This record gives sequence, structure tokens and C-alpha cells, in this order.
Amino acid sequence: MINFVTPTLDYALLAPILVVLAGALLGVLIEAFAPRNSRASSQLFVTLSTLALSLASLIRVRGRASTSAAMESVTFDGAGLLLQAAILIISIVAVFLLADQENFTALAAALPGSDEERSSLQQDLKVTEVYPLTLFAVAGMLLFPLATDLITLFVALEMLSLPLYLLAGLSRRRRLMSQEAALKYFLLGAFASAFFLMGITYIYGYSASTSFAGIHAAVIGGVGNDVYLLLGIAFISVGLLFKVGAVPFHAWSPDVYQGAPTAVTAFMAAATKVAAFGAMLRIFYVSFAEVFWQWRPAMIAIALVTMVFGSLVAIAQRDVKRMLAYSSIAHAGFLLSGVIALNKSGLDASIFYLFSYGVATIGAFGVVTLVRDSAGEVTDLNRWSGLGKRSPWVATAFAGFLLAFAGIPLTSGFIGKFSIFSAAYESGSTAILITGVLSSAIAAFFYIRVIVLMFFKDPVEDGTSVVIPSIYTQLAIIVSTVTTFALGIYPTPLINFIQSTASFLR
Amino acid sequence: MLLPLLGTAALAFTPKTNVLLTKQIALATTILVALVGILMTVKFDFNTTGFQFVESHEWIPAFGIKYALGVDGIALVLILMSVLLTPIVVIAGWHESEGGRWSTKTFYSLLLVLETMMIGVFASTDVFLFYVFFEAMLVPVYFLIGGFGSGERAAAAVKFLLYSLFGGLLMLASIIGIYVMATRYGNRTFDITTLSQLHTVLTPMMENVLFLGFFIAFAIKAPLWPLHTWLPDAAKSATPGTSVLLLGVLDKVGTFGMIRYCLTLFPNASKTFTPIIITLAVISILYGAFLAIGAKDIKRLIAYTSISHFGFITMGIFAMTTQGHSGATLYMFNHGFSTAALFLVAGFMISRRKSSTIADFGGLQRVTPIMAWSFFIAGMSSLALPGLSSFVSEFLVLVGTFTRYPVAAVIATFGIVLAALYILIPVQRALHGPTTPGNEQLTDLTLREKIAIAPVIAVIVALGFYPSPLLKIINPAAATVISQQGFTDPAPTMSEDK
Repeated sequence: MINFVTPTLDYALLAPILVVLAGALLGVLIEAFAPRNSRASSQLFVTLSTLALSLASLIRVRGRASTSAAMESVTFDGAGLLLQAAILIISIVAVFLLADQENFTALAAALPGSDEERSSLQQDLKVTEVYPLTLFAVAGMLLFPLATDLITLFVALEMLSLPLYLLAGLSRRRRLMSQEAALKYFLLGAFASAFFLMGITYIYGYSASTSFAGIHAAVIGGVGNDVYLLLGIAFISVGLLFKVGAVPFHAWSPDVYQGAPTAVTAFMAAATKVAAFGAMLRIFYVSFAEVFWQWRPAMIAIALVTMVFGSLVAIAQRDVKRMLAYSSIAHAGFLLSGVIALNKSGLDASIFYLFSYGVATIGAFGVVTLVRDSAGEVTDLNRWSGLGKRSPWVATAFAGFLLAFAGIPLTSGFIGKFSIFSAAYESGSTAILITGVLSSAIAAFFYIRVIVLMFFKDPVEDGTSVVIPSIYTQLAIIVSTVTTFALGIYPTPLINFIQSTASFLR
Repeated sequence: MLLPLLGTAALAFTPKTNVLLTKQIALATTILVALVGILMTVKFDFNTTGFQFVESHEWIPAFGIKYALGVDGIALVLILMSVLLTPIVVIAGWHESEGGRWSTKTFYSLLLVLETMMIGVFASTDVFLFYVFFEAMLVPVYFLIGGFGSGERAAAAVKFLLYSLFGGLLMLASIIGIYVMATRYGNRTFDITTLSQLHTVLTPMMENVLFLGFFIAFAIKAPLWPLHTWLPDAAKSATPGTSVLLLGVLDKVGTFGMIRYCLTLFPNASKTFTPIIITLAVISILYGAFLAIGAKDIKRLIAYTSISHFGFITMGIFAMTTQGHSGATLYMFNHGFSTAALFLVAGFMISRRKSSTIADFGGLQRVTPIMAWSFFIAGMSSLALPGLSSFVSEFLVLVGTFTRYPVAAVIATFGIVLAALYILIPVQRALHGPTTPGNEQLTDLTLREKIAIAPVIAVIVALGFYPSPLLKIINPAAATVISQQGFTDPAPTMSEDK
């Protein structure tokens, strides 16, 4: 007879996640019962207040740490707090972009080009489902870096992925492309999930446990068969590396970034990275740190290839969203060096980098949503030429984000790059340092090319224009710009906070 | 040093349409900065070594980074040069901003931001802070070239930026290396004085690698052959004023960095690489001179002469003698002014003739005597005619080098002969001879232009006859660097013969 133990839950520590889930459910109810014309505004209100409430409940439990927030399977600690806070802040800024309903299809179920679609457009329908879907994804992301049990980790992974697959297919224009992106993302994502599950079974076979603490004990004890451990690490890494878009598991990202509605791309690029890297840092720092000589060489190789590949291929891109996609691949490579560093400064640097990169990414995609012609967003880089003349402020903001991506001093990107590379070098990875710096130099080339296009080329007269941003988009871009430069000029408060807070509880 | 930034802030509030007010504010700010700079020089204590006017605040304590400023003699002289040249550039280039892509306000805002960073880069005593200025400086220059230059300005700006960024990132790798090493040996800091002890614990291999990261960055900036190819394009495409700042001040950051960072932080590695660097410097001297002889465009000509001059400076630095160092530092100062004079006069000529081809300026001597004379003096200064400022520094560099590397010094002397060629040929073509058709109606310098060029020429002549005040500032600092190197000046061989 199995003794069933009632789970003990620490609700205060789980509150940030639970609040978001409750908000998402409320969103579903609004979707079902509220009259159509009031949905958009009430959904936006619910979403923002949910995220704010979640952030508030997170702040309430700061300083606390526990490995048993939910029966050993959720650990709340300093690093978790920071990652959750980063995810929530980034999500709030991203929701401002989502609030611009122009980007989304009128009726997701209608076939592209069908009469149904046309009539739904005429009726001015809106897919307000975007909001609850986003909230579900946020809940998954919040859980992801806190999970200390492989099963919980997998649930969180699926929870954050499924809404994203749907969101990717909701673009208003070029719907076929958008749906193709969604399908691609879903199929490849399912594949990665399968790998991940496979990895869990190997690890379970090795350690007879799915909890991180149990795995760690088995790793130290060293009684299991190392082959299973290695296979497990490899397969789990595939699942995680897929999410962060590292080479050779990156193939989805350019297509998905391009096809998805830009606001969704922004959210996905910024928040998913935080969540996925958070989980990755935790699992490697907590469970697999002692066998680092087993996985580190492979991880270093992946990081090197990712940096170089992302930077090189980005040069050939003519589409701004694809270019940003490849740049995010390169950044994934830089971030991997934080995982490889496997020391306290690596953890600090990664969290700082994730946050600053996430904010800048949202700002950059926010600018992309503004450049349009009569048929929607213009993502062809050639048609961006002369943007600096037509709308200097928007172009300056975008240039600022690009400079941050390139890691020019006085932007947040520079501090991030400096700290993450020095952490990696501290742990002895000279190759990471040198390759990282060189691929930054390559990457600088295409960022600068865009700046040249915007500022030094004459505008082409083909109807490309910058729309007057809605108040929400404006807010998102301003917040991102200010954060990017503030963190570049005076990062001390944030760095100190991270340094004193960030730690993983075993 | 924050003064120019205040000026920028003031500019931000002036209306875009009020061009004159914008210029006046910019000019007032730069003159004020120049006065402060002169005041600092006067108050500078010649007799002590080490940094003066020190200022230090915590910036990012987590990484041991400080906002720390301070000047020694070498830095002071270069700061003085920068702050003196900036108002002159503003006066001389009164109309430069008008042909640009953006408003006058943008031009002067960029210029003032650049001035802030130029001072910062020379004054910082924290390696990280130095790097921040070093890299951030590129952005305003990039927009100044790309937005207000002429011809293929966008391409030139990009070339400039990419070269510099590449070098900068190599230096970043080295800085991270130093930082990690310093941490490993128990001192999490970027302070230059503390770090200068680090070489005692580094392995030679490590020191060499770190040295190269810094040196390549500075060699691109300086520019040393074979990393010079960005310079002629950038100089040709920038406005004359920007070119003055680019060659006169920014490139000095490269040679300044060699003294302050390469030699101080990595003395052993510097010794190891000295033969190679001296060779490169000599090649630069001759190569720059040959290219200059063949140049058809007046701005490219000046850029090539600069490559030659920077060869001299680098040679002086790596000769590792006090004379060489003092000469090199003085050379940096003088080169700033002689290049400024050349570029400004060239700018005046180009704006009148609407062409920058040397062959188009025939017989200016007769049409526009003052302009021609100014160009002549600037040219003579560039070829180091005795009595003009460059002569003293070039002589010091050659003497300083000769005591240690006689062969290099002798070969470099040919550079002077070539200099006579590359300056005298264009002077002859442009100033003398029959008046080229189309030049008869050219007007001579206006009052504004005279005001701009007069102080430059005054400095050139004055320092030619009486360089000792500057040398007094430079010498102690140069001697300190040399002694930190563990070098002693070679004893004069004459005394041994007795």
C-alpha cells in the first residue's frame, strides 16, 4: 500500500506564479463572457495588473529562500528571485507592445485569403486571446528557472512553449508565413521536448531520482553508470539549447522571428531567453557542476560555434527581423559562456546580461513595429535607408539598441559583455574570451551597416514611413532606451544587487 | 573636464533654427575649456612626478572600477593641445556644419561630446575608464565624418569605425586578461599605478599576449604601417576641422596609449617586441613619405605625411630613452599644431577652389598671399625646418633613437629628406608658378580665418625657438616612464673613449 503524502506548499513563495495563472484564467473567462467591444481594454488591464501584482508578491518574499516551496520540486532562492523579476519586468514592457492590436490577425481560425477572413477584418474583430496566452507563457517562464525537479522542469517547458507556438501564428499580415513559422516552431519544439524527456529517463536511470538534489547526490556518490549520466546531460541540453537557439539547434529561430507578429517575437526573444538560460544555469550549476569536465568541452564547442555562426550569417541578412534573429543566436553563444564559467561571477554576469539584453531586444523589436508601409511592417533593410532623416528619434533609439548589442561602452551591452567574458576567462576559457571578442567585432559590422543605412543613405520614396507610435509602444521604447543607457553609464546599483542576491540553493 | 558636456546640455536647449547662437555657445564653451586647460598647465607642479589634479570616485565597485582622473606631464601636454585646438577648429570651421546631413546643433553637440571624451581619454588613470572613453569616442567621430564629410563619407566613416572597433575589441580582451590576472593575484582593480606592478608576476608568454592586444589597438589608432589604410580615406572625407581633431588629437591617443599602457603595464614585453616595432616605425616613416610624394589630393597628402610623422613618434617611444620619449611627446604636440595648420589652410583653399586636387592650385602666391604664406609655414613645420617647432622634436627623437638603434635612426633620417620632397613639390605646384586658370578670382583669408590660423602659427614659431617650457613639463614624466621600464639612458659613448 503506497503511503500518499499530502503535498505541503509554501503559497507565499509560489504566489508570483499562481497570480499569473489566476490572471490567465480570468483572461479566459473574459474571453468567454465579456462583450466583444470591451474585451481588448479589459484584457489589457487584467494582464498588466496581474503582472504588477505578481511582481509585488515577488518583492514581498525577497530575501527568503527555500528548497521546498513545493515539495522539493520548486526552489526559491536569490537567483530565482532575480530571474523571475527580470521575466516579469520584461513581460510588462513586452505587453505594451502587444497592446498594439494592429499586428494581430482578426480571426485566427480563418484561412488566409478566405471570405471568412475578409469579413472578420471588416467587422474589426480582434484576437484578444493574445493576453491570456501570454500570461500562460509567463507563468511557465516563471516556473522554469525555479524548477528543481526534472518533471516540473518539463511541465514548465511545455507550459511556456505551447502558448508561444500559438502566438507565433497570429500575424495579421503575411499570414501564411506566420502560420508556417508557428508550425515549424511547434514541430521542432516537440522534437526538442522529446529529446528532453529522453534525457530525463536516462538521468532517472542513472540516479534513481528526478530531483536536482537527488541527481547531485548521485553525481557526487558516483555509483551510477556514467554513460547514462552523459547521455542524460546531452539530451537534456539539446532540449534547453533548442529553446535558447544555440547552434546547431537554432534552425527555427530566423523563420519564427520573421514570421511571428513582431510584438510576439520581442516577447519570445527576450523573456524565453531569460527563462531558458535561468533553467540551464540552475541545472548545470546545481546538479552537474561536479562533473563539469564531462560536459564543459562540448558546451564550449557549442558556444564557440554559436557565436561565430550567428555573427557571420547575420551579415548576409537583408531582413531586419532575420538579422536580429541571427544576432540573438550570437548572443546565445555569449550567454553560454556564463554557463560554462560555472562560478559566482558567471552567474551574476549572466543575470545582468539576460536582463539588459532582454530589455534592449524588446526596444529594438518595438522600433521594428513602427516602420510600415500600406501593407504592414517593412522589414526589408534596404527600405529602411534614410530612416534617420525621416524620423530621427526612432532611428536614434534603434541605433542605441544596436550599439548596445554591439557592446559599445556606455550602453548596457558593454557592461554585460565585459562581465560575462571576464567570468568565462576567470574559469580558464581563453578560447571563449578570444572567440567572443572576435565575433563581437564581426557582429559590429552588421550593426553598423544598419546605422549607416538609416543615417547616411538617402530615403527611398516607396511609401515606407514610421507610424506615429501608440502610447503603449512609445512607453515600451522609451523604457527600453532609458534602461539600456542607464545600465551602461551607472550599472552599480543593479550589479551590487545581483551580486549580493544571486545564489543557487542546493 | 565636464565643462564641454555642460555646453552640450546648453546646446540641447537652443532652438534648431538659431544657428548663430548655437555656434556662439559652442565657441564660448570651447574657449572656456581652453582657458581652464591653460590654467591647469600654469598650476601644474613641474618638480614632482606622478599624477596631479587627481580625482577619484567609485564607479562600479563590484569590478573594482573607479572613475579616476589625473594627469602627468605627458597627459597634460596632450590635453592642452586638445583644448587649444578645439576652439580653433570651431572658428576655422564656422561654416563646416552647413553642408552636412544634419543640423548645426547636432554638429556642435557631437564636437563638444568628442572634446569631453578626448580630455577623458588622456586624463583617466583607470584602465577601464580609459577603454570606455577610447571606444565611446568613436561614435561622435563616426557621425562627424559620416554626417558632415564630403565624397565617400559614409564608406570612410564605416572603415574608420570598423578598424577602430576591431582594435578596441582586441584591447578589451587584454583588459579582461589583466583584470582576471589582477584578481588572481589578489588585487581587484583597474588602477594604472597598481597594475603597473603586475608584470612582476606575469609569465612572459602572458605578458606578450596581453601587450599585443593593447599594441595592435594603438597601432591601428596611431596608425602604424600596415594598419594605416583607414586614415587617408577618413581624412579625405571628413571636414577639415574634423580631420584636425582626427589626426591631431585622436590618433595621438594611439601613441599616448603606447607610452601610458604598453610601456608601463608590460615593460618586459615591450622590450621583447621593440625590434619589430622599430622596424615597423621605420617602414611607416618611409612608406608614408613615398605615398605623400605621389599623392594628388591635398587632404590625402596630409594624411600620408602624418603616417610618416607617426612613424617618428612611435620610434621615439620605443627607443626607450628619455630623449626619445620627450621628443616623441613634444612631437605629438607639435604634430597636432602643424597638421592643424596644414588641414585648416587646405580647408580654406578647398572651400574656395571647390577642389582638393593639388594641381588645381597654381600661383596662389600671387592671388592670395596670406593664405599661401600660411600654407608655406605649415608645410615647413611639417618638414621640420629649424626654427619651427617640429625641428626640435624630430631632432630629439632622432638623437634619442640613435643612442640605442643607430641604424634605424640613420634610415629614418632619409624620411626627412623625403619630407622635403613631399612638402616642397606641392608647395611649388600650388603656390608658385603660373596661376592656374580659374584661380584668378580667389579671395584671400577673411578675418575669421586669420584669427583661426594665427594662434596655430604663433605656437609653431614660438615653440621652434623656445620649447623649454613644454619640455620642462614633459621631461620628468618621460624620465619616470623610462625608469619604470628598468632602462637607463645609455651613457654617451664619447666619455668612454677617453
